[in-house]
Amino acid sequence: MKKAYLILSDGKIFQGASFGFENETAGEVVFNTSISGYQEILTDPSYHGQIVVMTYPHIGNYGINPEDMESDKPQVAGFIVRSYCENPSNWRMTETLASFLKRHKIVAGTGFDTRTIVKYIRDNGAKPALLIVSDELPKDAVERAKKVPSMNGQDLASKVTCVAPRRCKAVAPRRREVVLYDFGAKRNITRMLQERGCNVTVVPATTPAKEVLKMKPDGIMLSNGPGDPAAVTYAIENIKQLLGKVPIFGICLGHQLLALALGGKTYKLKFGHRGGNQPVKNLRTGKVEITSQNHGFAVDADSLKNTEITHINLNDNTIEGIAAPKLKAYSVQYHPEASPGPHDASYLFDQFMEMMR
Amino acid sequence: MPRRSDIHKILLIGSGPIVIGQGCEFDYSGTQACKALKEEGYEVVLINSNPATIMTDPEVADRTYIEPLTFEYVSKLIELERPDALLPTLGGQTALNLAVKLAEEGVLKKYNVEMLGASLEAIKKAEDRELFKAAMKKIGLDVPKSMTVTSHEEARVAVKALGYPIIIRPAFTLGGSGGNISYSEEDFERMVESGLIASPIRQLLLEESILGWKEFELEVMRDKKDNVVIICSIENLDPMGIHTGDSITVAPQQTLTDREYQVMRDASIKVIREIGVDTGGSNIQFGVDPKNGRQVVIEMNPRVSRSSSLASKATGFPIAKIAAKLAIGYTLDELPNDITKETMAAFEPTIDYVVTKIPRFAFEKFPHTSPMLTTQMKSVGEAMAIGRTFEESLLKALRSLECGWKGLDPIAGASPGEVMKRLREPTPDRILWVGEAFRQGIGVEEVYELTKIDPWFLHKISAIVKTGDTHFQKSSCPRSFRTVDTCAAEFIAYTPYFYSTIGEEDDLLARGTQGLWLFWAPAPIASARG
Repeated sequence: MKKAYLILSDGKIFQGASFGFENETAGEVVFNTSISGYQEILTDPSYHGQIVVMTYPHIGNYGINPEDMESDKPQVAGFIVRSYCENPSNWRMTETLASFLKRHKIVAGTGFDTRTIVKYIRDNGAKPALLIVSDELPKDAVERAKKVPSMNGQDLASKVTCVAPRRCKAVAPRRREVVLYDFGAKRNITRMLQERGCNVTVVPATTPAKEVLKMKPDGIMLSNGPGDPAAVTYAIENIKQLLGKVPIFGICLGHQLLALALGGKTYKLKFGHRGGNQPVKNLRTGKVEITSQNHGFAVDADSLKNTEITHINLNDNTIEGIAAPKLKAYSVQYHPEASPGPHDASYLFDQFMEMMR
Repeated sequence: MPRRSDIHKILLIGSGPIVIGQGCEFDYSGTQACKALKEEGYEVVLINSNPATIMTDPEVADRTYIEPLTFEYVSKLIELERPDALLPTLGGQTALNLAVKLAEEGVLKKYNVEMLGASLEAIKKAEDRELFKAAMKKIGLDVPKSMTVTSHEEARVAVKALGYPIIIRPAFTLGGSGGNISYSEEDFERMVESGLIASPIRQLLLEESILGWKEFELEVMRDKKDNVVIICSIENLDPMGIHTGDSITVAPQQTLTDREYQVMRDASIKVIREIGVDTGGSNIQFGVDPKNGRQVVIEMNPRVSRSSSLASKATGFPIAKIAAKLAIGYTLDELPNDITKETMAAFEPTIDYVVTKIPRFAFEKFPHTSPMLTTQMKSVGEAMAIGRTFEESLLKALRSLECGWKGLDPIAGASPGEVMKRLREPTPDRILWVGEAFRQGIGVEEVYELTKIDPWFLHKISAIVKTGDTHFQKSSCPRSFRTVDTCAAEFIAYTPYFYSTIGEEDDLLARGTQGLWLFWAPAPIASARG
């Protein structure tokens, strides 16, 4: 196996071996603490532009299967693990992780001291970096790593959104028409709406509000997605025009965009929340949900006016959910569609169905 | 909600003598519980017949009674001490059985003693095989298929539906006597006949066999606000058919995709709610068909169990301590995580290492017992090891057993015929025979057919044997210590709980700790020593 080098923008270097496509890649290094679910993580468009480090050491254990894709292909900029599993075992498996990554030209490293990388990011913040497969460290690597752009100010939704509208038919008795703004939507959002009897029209991120209203939807869903929410200015404008006209439900980037449209502000977290064990308290019921999360930005609590804070993160008290009941709009920072992660928050989709009645 | 102020004195029942199937794990959980309740200002009264335990040390409870754990003695003690409440879910099966008897005989009612953690009804629903099965069906969970028959004709119809091998259980016999497993038509008729004769009402329960399936356990906690969290997942290396206590087990689970794991997680939450364990921990076991992923619920322990102690040490989450605090009114979001200090106990630990437990047997002390491993537990203790990888933790656990093993030691003079036989018939050292099989060039597929140990484990074992497990013992490799922190380094950890690994950065040195002495004693927990 060839060597692989992770070079952070501050000059810190980690070394391992390549197990994916042999090339070099640039992105922001982040870590995910989920034990299972690497296939969903790899194919989640919210990871566009990021090099994901898995904290669990054995990755690749159950291979890759056709059902657990959250989009058509892996979306990460790079992937780093402690111990890649060459001999996976699972009845649904059709391919090994290494072959999947190579086929899609994703650079991946194994044998990295991932815990040390995680501690470094935890203490110093998520960092732009290069992941290079090479027999030796290129001389200009550190210089080039310094030039990898930061996530701040980047509109990445436009890079991962669909090109043309797509219609997904309900798989339960038909009840509602939903327009899903695709900022990098995970497939399970559509699946959960379809299962509840929604016909879903997935539209590109830049679709004007007027066109969406022409479709006469019963509800509008704002999807998850990558990048800095404040940079997705066109979406914020469209949401402003839709507010109060149709019920709106936002997830992750969709949540941040809703908050911005409501006049709030967002900021970048030091290293974000990424994993399947994040405790969230529902302030309306007092109950705790274990949630799936993947975000590097958050909504600033002090910036919100006339907006109810419905959920908070029990680890750091950051905002996890907001609502503007009069405008029939609400959103959560975490992932009720799970995939990967716990299903505790699936009730939020039922709440959306209620709101569209 | 704060702690309950309407109760003041709490009775705890210890686990009594250490026997096979109930070792010092329950001393660990009971001691944690005593400390947790005292910390909250309750008066703790403890009864335990075993003085060689930590929990009976003078400072642990407020008053300790070394008396037999019988209905009569505990009743007398309740009459004398008049506790407000009884916490029965932290002392293992002995304590739970006693609590059931005290409730059924009206002792608790007579002296107005409240049962904390789980109600009588919940305990019975979890422990009674038929009630449990009915409860699982009610909430739509799959259990092994079964049919009740009263004649040969009905039995023949049933076996067509359920297939071979098939489990034959005569109704109303003591301790399941007359039970059998039939592998083919040849012995089926004979076993049905002897079963019908054994049953006083000539009735049999024929049950689908799940021998050879993958086996998993989840450690679940619930509080009185109905918040439920999973503390740890455990995968058994040994398949269904070998008691969990006698199986090599690994935390976390390794071979389920997230989709499959979440189905299991959802099921375990449904189970703890339906059975009605109000507060505290439970252990729920599942079987998974390796051919198609079908999941069935096997059983539930409505209490802190042997696996809970393993899960506590594996994750750093103090299950018994938290269970005690939940029992007296706290909710998970009100209790701090001692390790991170900043975060709360309402979360699911995630780990960045692998934990392997290997049972320790002492068949030499029981010369008339067959060393074959079955569904009845025979181990007398266990060794647990933490490693950064499965390979590391397996080898550390093997060495910690004090069986004289340095790892997957070769077996001198093992003939190919004997290797095959030893793979098929599980005995305490089967893991060494698996290694030997690979050493002799037998392939993973063949070893799988004989052992039903998942290929994920077999490939790893094969690789250890091929590269030579001495790799892990090289003194030239720099050793380092990493932290058990419940959160895979997402937050800073404050508890000094470490494991060793090789070739990585050291968490201790990185913390700036200097001049620290480390003592460790890798020794198996052995109940035979109690």
